[in-house]
Amino acid sequence: MSAAADAGIVVVGASLAGLRGAEALRRNGYAGRLTLIGNEPYRPYDRPPLSKHVLSGELAPDASELPQLVALDADWRLGHAAVGLDRVARTIRLADGAVLAYDRLLIATGAQARHWPAASGGALANIFTLRGRDDAARLRAALAQGPRRVLIVGAGLIGCEAASCCRDLGLPVTLLDPNPTPLARSLGTWIGGVIAECLKDSGVAFHPGARVLRFEGDASGRVVRADLADGRTIEADLVIVALGATRATDWLRDAGLMADAGGVTCDGACRVLAADGTTCPDIYAAGDVARWPNSLYGGRLVSVEHWGNAVAQGAHAARNMLAPAEDQHRYDHLPAFWSSQFGINIKAVGLSEGADSVAIVQGSRASRRFLAVYGRAGRSIAAVSFDQARWLPAYAEAIMAGSHHPPIRDASDQGRFATMEPGFPPPRAASHADEARHV
Amino acid sequence: MTHPTKTASSRTTPLRVVVDLNRCQGYAQCCYAAPGAFEVRGHEILFYDPAPPRARRGEIERAVQACPVRAISLQADDGETP
Repeated sequence: MSAAADAGIVVVGASLAGLRGAEALRRNGYAGRLTLIGNEPYRPYDRPPLSKHVLSGELAPDASELPQLVALDADWRLGHAAVGLDRVARTIRLADGAVLAYDRLLIATGAQARHWPAASGGALANIFTLRGRDDAARLRAALAQGPRRVLIVGAGLIGCEAASCCRDLGLPVTLLDPNPTPLARSLGTWIGGVIAECLKDSGVAFHPGARVLRFEGDASGRVVRADLADGRTIEADLVIVALGATRATDWLRDAGLMADAGGVTCDGACRVLAADGTTCPDIYAAGDVARWPNSLYGGRLVSVEHWGNAVAQGAHAARNMLAPAEDQHRYDHLPAFWSSQFGINIKAVGLSEGADSVAIVQGSRASRRFLAVYGRAGRSIAAVSFDQARWLPAYAEAIMAGSHHPPIRDASDQGRFATMEPGFPPPRAASHADEARHV
Repeated sequence: MTHPTKTASSRTTPLRVVVDLNRCQGYAQCCYAAPGAFEVRGHEILFYDPAPPRARRGEIERAVQACPVRAISLQADDGETP
């Protein structure tokens, strides 16, 4: 056995994708040395409750540690971020200076919250982001102090869930977003308008089309207001910055991989690509950090920041890591997510990006209980359910099969479904110059 | 290298439960099997305790078995204990 083979498999990233990947290695018979590296000092924990029941105070921040579904018999290196990868020496450098050898490597470092720049007030006290357990604990403690007004910047899933929780706590909330409705990027403005109505009903002050220029603080360095691009100011003593995430690839900067703030690029079998486009046969990636050509969407490079992808891709990459080069299975994954906010269970499947049409096929928009299917060029590409989850699997199958859009009713004597403009905002100009480098 | 050690505290540490909410269809069978740990809110939002006390193991196992879409995972007894 070579020294590298003795080093075994190293998983960098001890969250959902890393854990489920490690479990799949053991389940598939890998009996060698297994090491998990995590930058947080915690065993893998579940993140979805953080922006919901942890903020509301129903669950303690440390309640959501994930079950381990098989015995891992692993070496855990928790609280030590990986800071460098040397592919030639097959070693990983940790923040504490330790160097670990690997034989095969699974990259599952996930993503990190986009922070507000310090130059425009981001370093003021009482400005929060929400990504990890510590973030949630700090934010929960600050909400329990009873702020006079909470300002949430960004009406995506996290921003809307936080707004819903803050209203449940009875706190005054202002929510800002540059788009005309909440959830405009994921669901379009026509469906997003339903959440805009929920915000209004629950007493959230929602300002569409609004951009923050900077935050101002008081003499003690605590945030007191936001200055908007249109000249308005909003007084707030607690700010939640919910502007999405960038992929945690900083540690790969000098590794010679196709990696940037948008992810680390893989082939269809989860194998990481070197900067020259060749496949690294001993390095795989899974979860939020992985960007791969999704065959269900014409081979488009996508990264999927959702729970189900972390579970499925972690296990898929692990299976391929143990298989010979000629038996690598392609990762075909239909993205899916869920959210609960304002008492509504929202579930979605597929990638709605580029949709040119949307049709309600069950229920009604007015009742806020419906299933809507998105289409592009006459094919169904995505679906979202508001409190109609049992219909979703049938449409997920139709999307996988590339079925007609609008969907065809069962009975031929019934009319066609009415279609609407979904109202997606124009694609963002690459906000991070290096994000577009390889795509 | 640090190896996790099993200690007497494994008797007092809670169970670890996670539900795949992509898979969950809101059939609420878990709520009948383990009413202290699972609850449906509104039409179909499942709220659950991810760290129920060990004394609930029997009812949680019944919930795992009762789920028609097998969405509930419970830490295996041979899983490592931190």
